[in-house]
Amino acid sequence: MFYRESGQLKSSYVADQAMFPIAQDRWFVFGVLALAFLVAPFFINEYWANAILLPFLVYALAALGLNILTGYCGQVSLGTGAFMAVGAYASFKLVGFFPEVNFLIVLALSGVVTAAVGMIFGLPSLRIKGFYLAVATLAAQFFLIWVFNKVGWFYDYNLTGMITVRPIDFFGVRITGPEATPAAKYLFTLTVVCILALSAKNIVRGRIGREWMAIRDMDIAAELIGIRPLRAKLSAFAVSSFYIGVAGALYFSIYLGAVEPVEAFDINQSFYVLFIIIIGGLGSVLGVFLGSAFIVLIPILLKNIMVGGMGFDSGMAGHVEILLMGMLIIFFLIVEPHGLARLWQIAKEKLRLWPFPH
Amino acid sequence: MAFDIFLLEVILSGLMTGVMYALVALGFVLIFKASGIFNFAQGVMALFAALALYDFLAEDGWFFAVFGFTLPVWLAIPATIVVMIVLAWVIERTVLRFLVKQNEIILFMATIGLAFVLEGLGDLLFGSDVKPLDIGIPQGASDWLLDSFNLYIEQLEIFAAGTAAVLVAILAIFFQRTRIGRALRAVADDHQAALSVGVSLDKIWVIVWSVSGIVALVAGIMWGSKSGVQFSLSLIALKALPVLILGGFTSVPGAIVGGLIIGVGEKLAEVYIGPIVGGAIENWFAYMLALVFLLFRPQGLFGERIIERV
Amino acid sequence: MNLRKLTGAAVAAALALPMFVSGANAYELVIPSMDYRTGPFAPNGIVFANGWSDYLTLLNERDGGINGVKIKNVTCETGYNTKKGVECYEKIKGTPPSGALLVQPLSTGITYQLIPKASVDEVPIFSMGYGRTSAANGKVFPWVFNLPATYWSQATGLVQYIADQEGGLDALKGKKIYLVYHNSAYGKEPIRTLEAMADKFGYEFRGLPVDSPGQEQKATWLQIRKEKPDWVLLWGWGVMNQVAIKEAASIRYPMDHFIGVWWSGSENDVLPAGDAADGYLSGAFHAPGGGFPLHDDIRKHVYDKGLGKGDRDRIGEVLYNRGMVGAMWATEAVRKAMEIHGTTEVTGKHVRDGFEALDVDEARLEELGLGGFTYPVKITCENHEGSGKVAVQQWDAKAKQWNIVSKFYEPLRDVTGPLIEADSAAYAAENNVTPRDC
Repeated sequence: MFYRESGQLKSSYVADQAMFPIAQDRWFVFGVLALAFLVAPFFINEYWANAILLPFLVYALAALGLNILTGYCGQVSLGTGAFMAVGAYASFKLVGFFPEVNFLIVLALSGVVTAAVGMIFGLPSLRIKGFYLAVATLAAQFFLIWVFNKVGWFYDYNLTGMITVRPIDFFGVRITGPEATPAAKYLFTLTVVCILALSAKNIVRGRIGREWMAIRDMDIAAELIGIRPLRAKLSAFAVSSFYIGVAGALYFSIYLGAVEPVEAFDINQSFYVLFIIIIGGLGSVLGVFLGSAFIVLIPILLKNIMVGGMGFDSGMAGHVEILLMGMLIIFFLIVEPHGLARLWQIAKEKLRLWPFPH
Repeated sequence: MAFDIFLLEVILSGLMTGVMYALVALGFVLIFKASGIFNFAQGVMALFAALALYDFLAEDGWFFAVFGFTLPVWLAIPATIVVMIVLAWVIERTVLRFLVKQNEIILFMATIGLAFVLEGLGDLLFGSDVKPLDIGIPQGASDWLLDSFNLYIEQLEIFAAGTAAVLVAILAIFFQRTRIGRALRAVADDHQAALSVGVSLDKIWVIVWSVSGIVALVAGIMWGSKSGVQFSLSLIALKALPVLILGGFTSVPGAIVGGLIIGVGEKLAEVYIGPIVGGAIENWFAYMLALVFLLFRPQGLFGERIIERV
Repeated sequence: MNLRKLTGAAVAAALALPMFVSGANAYELVIPSMDYRTGPFAPNGIVFANGWSDYLTLLNERDGGINGVKIKNVTCETGYNTKKGVECYEKIKGTPPSGALLVQPLSTGITYQLIPKASVDEVPIFSMGYGRTSAANGKVFPWVFNLPATYWSQATGLVQYIADQEGGLDALKGKKIYLVYHNSAYGKEPIRTLEAMADKFGYEFRGLPVDSPGQEQKATWLQIRKEKPDWVLLWGWGVMNQVAIKEAASIRYPMDHFIGVWWSGSENDVLPAGDAADGYLSGAFHAPGGGFPLHDDIRKHVYDKGLGKGDRDRIGEVLYNRGMVGAMWATEAVRKAMEIHGTTEVTGKHVRDGFEALDVDEARLEELGLGGFTYPVKITCENHEGSGKVAVQQWDAKAKQWNIVSKFYEPLRDVTGPLIEADSAAYAAENNVTPRDC
């Protein structure tokens, strides 16, 4: 009843090809965006920005990148952490070389650098498939982190081996470091993420996206109908790495501010992003946000309930949190193996029929 | 002269370390072979098994608290095996049976959830302290080799190599000669065909997870004797992954041979190339090595040929 | 059905959230602890956190807090993970009524996160001997305190110990000193100092990195066996320590020539190796053992009332003592802040001044029940490290206890001084910090 598409007739191809063809969807998206852009900045404090919204957005962006590769093109990668590191170090070096350049351009360039690196490490995908490929991308993970940890040039030969973000202004507003207001950090990140998410939504329903999906569904058949696997797979690696690189640059510059490669970009990071897309839903842009919310927010929520609400000892709560997190993952997989995005779909179906399900 | 002995030492140590990796990789192979599940929880299972074993042996464990005595080693190990079988049964009942026929990446994710559960459970039940595990396995350098040949070999690792050999032999007999083993192979070849000739899939999964749990126990004992039983034990799974892709996900001998190649390769690299480039290269070198092999054989050295049809 | 359950759970969760923002009657001193009781480093984190929390509980139970104001010990689990650390920090920094008076991040990674934030949020960082070494320069880092001794001071102290065993600093010439280190910012810390001293004293230095977590170190120890360094230093953490000590024992490396950093010298590290670890050395800035009057007080006022965080028989372990002494310095700084500002309702800003005027001498230690437990610490405006002294302790596997076996060595300031100067200047330049005058 609330979600009826009958009567929404399309009279032009433009309307037919709209990104959100159903009016309710459109209004919903506009509503969320309005809330995120116009309302949230006034209520945001440091805790909400640094502990919840920034990680949520950054991980959603990284997951979006991985979802392009895994969800749309079917290539499983466990190198996400390292590709984020490439983006982070690229932005660090670029800001060092060209302090005057607009940060958006730095972000884009970091993405491009990461895309190039991603394509190199994507080459084995032409021969190796499935979990073999996943484990092979771990070579990228360990190798790149080793390089960032070992080669002094990347961290400007400082004594600590850590990189620390420089103060960066974006059209006169400070967006990095402790002096930046939570709202500035949040709005900047949100803008970047929204632009990239909308582009992703467009890319995947275009020609190239369809090529990826053909490769995912059956690569030999796709090859037979004239899709070049080399082009499709490498372009997936490139676009995916671009997103992940931008996410890495944001992760370093805006969210954390100082990173050490070994800990900040370790293999857990790769797994973390993979969890997000599986829980959220493979091959879904919405799923990336739902998954990121799940993986980033649930542990914090559980912790706050247990420590704050129920007076658990923090160590005890830590153990229980891991246990519950595992159970929730299994529970959701059993309820809906295709992720939260699919649950959302089902909910919409129900709403369409409600209150007369027959 | 001394140099040659050193080279020999590096190679031998590499082989031994490779066996230690292979012990972890074996558990992965068993489950993947029978059910196509990439069991991310294998490392945590090794940790869990070692924790359970420690619990039976030590006076600060639950077992002692409840019954007032501890078990000798020869009883504690079977007791732990029982625990692992129960665990396999619980996993089948609560997780796997609901996820039959799902995409492999979903099953993979489920095992990650499982890893979290086991990690949290292990911490809650047994605490997170380092627990020294001593079940009488000889440790330290072998005196005889060191004194007569100036050759250093770790006794624990010789013992591990022997155990691995026995384990592989038992597994081979189990797979080739027993009814259950044949059923397992049938399931591995084709789930539906196996079902149609009356093989019970539920039972097979419990068995294969139990066997894998026992292998995890062996790995847990070896690694736990080396570093004490603690959370980090679960991270050895990462060391087993290159072994796994090099040997092939589906091959028991592949796990052993892969382990040996990775072990020797990474040790040689670390000792001879490491000093030139700044060290700590073994981790990525192992993966690179595996990757190079994969480029020639995409299914691993001993993996089943991937036959693709449209 | 399932959806409904989920929604129910979410609503319940949302209702539970506001419950923990209530309650702020009397003034309380918020001293948080960022612990890690989960993850690969939990075995060490737990013991340290117990020592820290027990000391704070003791003050509350025995003295009713500091000068009559109760301490509110807020704990937060970081899992030794930077992201969780950031969440923890944001959560605890504003805890009413006083706001966090200091943070003690207990991780190099988290410390680096917080250093730029400290001055903005006005929360002093007490990174006890870890974190950014050059933060010892109070001119550039007014909000960071890394007393009682940094890693660099410690490296010079350990080299002096080696020199003493070899027969003087001149005897170091031609000796081989190797460092086995955790391949991370923490592990790499001492390298520059050790290299600088190698140039100065003419010993041969080489670093052998071990990747985290460090369960497999065969290649490292085979190289040590081959090249037979005279001394091996260990900069490890967690499982890496246990494996390193075992491997060293296996290749029959003499344990009394094997020295760990103070994070590589606890009971956890040596016990798994059993008798083979006998004679192993490590750095220390406080005494081991649980026989000090303060320990008796903790047993009496905390554990007898059932308020202890850990096991009674683990009081006095090395890491327990370290957590305890850390809490002691932190609370002494709070006390000092009250004294300087003449109020008991201190805030983070006051406590910063308290740290800067911190002066815990022998007499005060004696009063606290810690006579001879550690050396006097005196912080000034430009020196946030204090005296930076370090001693060497040795493990006695039979008695299962650590013993201090050397004097406390003064750091070689001519080695560490220029390095601290250079690194803090680099930080100041990068972040537009104008060093203040002291």
